[in-house]
Amino acid sequence: MDKLLQVSGSPHVHGNESVKKIMWSVVIALLPALAVSVYYFGLPVLILTLVSIATCMLTEYLIQRFMLKGNVSITDGSAVITGLLLAFNVPSNLPVWILMIGAFVAIAIAKMPFGGLGKNPFNPALVGRVFLLISFPVQMTTWPKPTPVWSFGAADVITGPTPLGILKEGVKNGQAVSDLTSELPTYVDMLLGQMGGSFGEVSAIAILIGAVFLLIRKVITWEIPVSFLLTAFLFSGIFYLVDPTTYANPCFHLVTGGMMLGACFMATDMVTSPTSRGGMLVFGAGCGLLTIIIRLFGAYPEGVSFSILIMNALVPLINKGFKPRTYAK
Amino acid sequence: MSKLNILTKGFFKENPVLVLVLGTCPTLAVTTSVKNALGMGLATTFVLLMSNAIISLLKNVIPDKVRIPSFIVIIATFVSMIDLLIQGFLPSLASSLGIFIPLIVVNCIVLGRAEAFASKNTVGDSILDGIGMGIGFTIALTIIGSVREILGSGSFLDYKFIQGDGILVFVLAPGAFIVFGFTVALVRYLQSKKKAS
Repeated sequence: MDKLLQVSGSPHVHGNESVKKIMWSVVIALLPALAVSVYYFGLPVLILTLVSIATCMLTEYLIQRFMLKGNVSITDGSAVITGLLLAFNVPSNLPVWILMIGAFVAIAIAKMPFGGLGKNPFNPALVGRVFLLISFPVQMTTWPKPTPVWSFGAADVITGPTPLGILKEGVKNGQAVSDLTSELPTYVDMLLGQMGGSFGEVSAIAILIGAVFLLIRKVITWEIPVSFLLTAFLFSGIFYLVDPTTYANPCFHLVTGGMMLGACFMATDMVTSPTSRGGMLVFGAGCGLLTIIIRLFGAYPEGVSFSILIMNALVPLINKGFKPRTYAK
Repeated sequence: MSKLNILTKGFFKENPVLVLVLGTCPTLAVTTSVKNALGMGLATTFVLLMSNAIISLLKNVIPDKVRIPSFIVIIATFVSMIDLLIQGFLPSLASSLGIFIPLIVVNCIVLGRAEAFASKNTVGDSILDGIGMGIGFTIALTIIGSVREILGSGSFLDYKFIQGDGILVFVLAPGAFIVFGFTVALVRYLQSKKKAS
């Protein structure tokens, strides 16, 4: 495991890993979170996920086949992951056509113009998500409340704010965090996913199960998720210790919003993260720090996607600073 | 180079924004609608035409060491004129373009043409160059402005053809960069095709 990130001189043993295998492992790792979302938000989740994946694959196919007139590589699964992650980052009652715009943007603006898989500096799914968030602020922030599939309410869909939204509004109106606890879901609910939010991010436990699977398969390494979450925890912890009435408990920050999904699945994207161990630690720490800064002081209640994109932009610089040591030097 | 060539090279072949990539700041900032883009383009064309003419007239009088400050003074004169004219006759355009009208003074295209063309060529050629580059700037701004207004607000020249908002990001700064990038890419692509054939 220690040697995982080091590249030594030849000869090399040929592993049986391939782009395809890695990508499909990520898809499998995302399935528990998908299952939880279907349980809480119902059929729309499946429809949105399938539409998002289909749009991503179709866009990539059309560009590769008709604009580049080259090989078509949509079966490598990278477009599937982009589609899945993008869908995971939207509310479950988002109109389908808006999600299709986002999926198109993810592939046709964030991925293919840079040269396709392996050359995109920004995580395509996050670019699609932020594009939608800025373009359709109303639809992207109307969160349906989770209702387990067998409970039938009077209304079709009840919407409500996310825990982070409740916190931001409450603190802005001068309420203390402790007064807001009655409005916030309990920690058990937040761990399981019984809270408002983008449908793939709600359940911390399901995401962690997927992340552990990826760690065992060695698709991702521990550096980025751990430094991301630890930095976020410590930094929000400092504020909590200074003034617990305006700043929430650090544990709250870890289980709400896109923190888990971002740290385990989006920041760890191989293409858009640094290559060396030191670089990964710095990258994760930067993501965690920026997320908490945006959450506490920014205009938006949630900052995971923005912070990962900002750190994506810094990756070439980080790679420059953390070059692997040349042999015999 | 023929007279016609001097005039038309700025339209497409040496378009100041899309090929020379000069003057990107006003391009990104004012192209939120076609009206703003046209207003900015025409104002800059006027400044380019006048400053090119005057600088080429004075090119033998201006000492080489102080030529840049002298150019700026001449350009600033015409920018002040167009600024006051727009404020007087088109107050709504003046309020939507705001600071970017006075900022034509530091537009790279105007100074670039003064330095690269007007200070070395005859008055007639410089006037043609100024008009051509100005029209090229206006064309580029109008293309980018149209795309951004159609996608971002769902309207063209303030005529709305959808209800509600468009894809808001296109009227904001990120949309400007996206549309600008794709327009430059398209022009490069067309030029490479033309060269190949």
